[in-house]
Amino acid sequence: MLKDLMTPENANVFIGKLGDILEKAIDAPLGYAINWGRIWSLWPVHIETACCSVEFGAASSPRYDVERFGIIEAFGSLRQCDLIVVQGTITRKMAPRLRLVYDQMPEPKYVIAMGACAITGGLYFDSYNVLPGIDGILPVDVYVPGCPPRPETLIQGCILLQEKIKRMKARKFV
Amino acid sequence: MTNEFLPPGLALQKADERIMTLNVGPQHPGSGHMRIIVQIDGDYIVACDPDPGYVHRGEEKMAEYRNYITNIPHLERPVIHDSCNVLYPYVLGVEDLLGIEVPERAKYVRVICSELNRCIYTMYWLAIYGIFLGHSTMFMWPAGDRELLIDLMEKISGARVTHAHFVPGGVRNDLPPNFEEVCLRQVNYFEKRIREYAAVFYDNPILISRTQDTGVLSREDAIRLGVTGSVLRASGVDYDLRKKEPYDVYEELDVHSNVMKEGDSYARSKIPWLDMLESCNIIKQALEKMPKSGSVRVKLKPNPKGKGLNSVYKRVESGRGSLGCHIVSDGKVEPYRLKLSVGSFRNLIALPYLLKGEKLGNMPSVYWSLNYWPVEADR
Amino acid sequence: MSTNTEQVTIEEKPAEEKPVAKPVAKPVAKPVAKPVELPAFEKNISDKIVEKFGDKIVVSFVKVNRVGINVDKENVHDVAKFIRDELNYDHVESVSGVDYPQDKEIEVVYHIGSYSDPSLASQLIVLATRAEREENPIPGKDATKLPTLRDIFYSVEFHEREVFEMFGVYFTGHPDNRRLLLPEDWADLPPLRKDFAIKGR
Repeated sequence: MLKDLMTPENANVFIGKLGDILEKAIDAPLGYAINWGRIWSLWPVHIETACCSVEFGAASSPRYDVERFGIIEAFGSLRQCDLIVVQGTITRKMAPRLRLVYDQMPEPKYVIAMGACAITGGLYFDSYNVLPGIDGILPVDVYVPGCPPRPETLIQGCILLQEKIKRMKARKFV
Repeated sequence: MTNEFLPPGLALQKADERIMTLNVGPQHPGSGHMRIIVQIDGDYIVACDPDPGYVHRGEEKMAEYRNYITNIPHLERPVIHDSCNVLYPYVLGVEDLLGIEVPERAKYVRVICSELNRCIYTMYWLAIYGIFLGHSTMFMWPAGDRELLIDLMEKISGARVTHAHFVPGGVRNDLPPNFEEVCLRQVNYFEKRIREYAAVFYDNPILISRTQDTGVLSREDAIRLGVTGSVLRASGVDYDLRKKEPYDVYEELDVHSNVMKEGDSYARSKIPWLDMLESCNIIKQALEKMPKSGSVRVKLKPNPKGKGLNSVYKRVESGRGSLGCHIVSDGKVEPYRLKLSVGSFRNLIALPYLLKGEKLGNMPSVYWSLNYWPVEADR
Repeated sequence: MSTNTEQVTIEEKPAEEKPVAKPVAKPVAKPVAKPVELPAFEKNISDKIVEKFGDKIVVSFVKVNRVGINVDKENVHDVAKFIRDELNYDHVESVSGVDYPQDKEIEVVYHIGSYSDPSLASQLIVLATRAEREENPIPGKDATKLPTLRDIFYSVEFHEREVFEMFGVYFTGHPDNRRLLLPEDWADLPPLRKDFAIKGR
């Protein structure tokens, strides 16, 4: 029966549908396992946008050691990353590049807005070259407030993101 | 917009069979918050065009809308891990405009904070330099050891990196009780610790073979290009503003400026480390000579004003070299114009010059040895 | 405007040296007392420039470690050449533009220092020149032009590029007038001009 339905023209559609059906089939029994796998392999893109990157660097220093939560292992290619930590101010020159980086990442992908500048523009609310927060260009999952946030705050934000992923439907991002 | 004014990378170029154009950044571990457009022939760089401005936040325009006191928090954001030094010229300039004399103890507290911050900045820079040369130990050690000094600054000002501790008229708060002993203990341990870096990093034959004789800047070119700070002193020019134009109490302290003659990446990366040892020395001297009690702040009137049309240019030696602040006041509560002349921006001009003829693999070592912090350069 | 600057900065001179005692009113009343106050080394430098150029320049202030010189845009090139060749100054620390809408002029201030001469290490020459200001600027195509100093001081290259995009002052003869810090699609006024208002202010 499948053979009759499938023609070279609609083969792509058909395989896509098949994927959806498979997803639905495995979602209930395997969703927990899929999410569990995603939680412990959150790899951020190495994109620094402003001064919060100092505290981002300090978070992976020996004192804070954020890698023990299985979160931050920077220095990967962005094609293998699933987390983007927006580290501070996004200027008008950086915004298109940030969106470009986000678009190149594979699904599923999560966004953490780190610092007051990334959330609302912060101290630079009246600057001519700064976006008032990144909500306009990226869908944000977790906001980490502070100017700059302490590394503990960033770690807590990452743990919040893990909690959030746990409750997500696994197939949402496929 | 004609071709002449097009920003870097947008102008159409003639296709060439040999020359390939490569964009390094802004999403690239080796570039920081900027883009470097390099043209390579095989493995060799034939031209380089830095494209900064990804963190240009308009600090100078914002400063024209805020008064002299509310300018403090945002003016330290260009280099948050060196925030005392980046505020220093501004504070000196405003004191000059308002005609304030600072208490003696405040000057010593400033010197101590400034030297602590220089170490904090340099340790972060060293961590980044280490990791981009593939030396993971040199990321972990400095990143962990700088927390010692961050703890000290946290005791003084209450914040980890953004202290906003310097204000026109002195410093915001006095030192906490018992600070001198804690500071001396931490600094002694810190000094002992960074001396160990020589064995792991600076005497490492791999590092030496990677950085020696790459990106050589001769003495004449360093002077002609007007570079500053560690880049200048690595090329054999003895120019340290703490000695040449002493501000606050630096003339009462014994400051030694470190100079190397080679002018290559190795020398440029060693000078900041030697400076940290020197900073420890200065902190110990300042702790000894500091008046044990006294006021640390002259109270200002609310909304202080400059007198008439006047301009002042003050400069200090920051972690990245000379850092100047040009304030033009017209007698209002806000500055009429404020210009930060920062070391990173001045050192950027050396990058195309140094990279020409280098191998692409040497780019990270040359670029990071310039002691460059893109957020500061863009302001 | 330049005379005004001169008087005011003369007032400031005591404050520069001894900020404790501030007899602001006295030097205004007696400008004759001025030469006594001036630091000798800096006066010597300014005298050399005055001797060479005479009335083409105005010495706007002589403070400790700073000598301020105002010059027309026609002569700025010659004065800079003299400062480099005869006075041993060799690099520019900072180039800042200042917008004066009431004078219809934009001032460009060069802070020139010296590495090679140890006696000048703490000295800076503050060389100020003024360009015409247009009400509706078309950067690069209007009358707001100055001769570049890049052929004299190589280190002004990026600074002048920055002044061009921030104020619209085109530097004639500068080899590289592309945009530096602002976004590629910036089509507004040059942002550091006084008539460019930031949002909400």
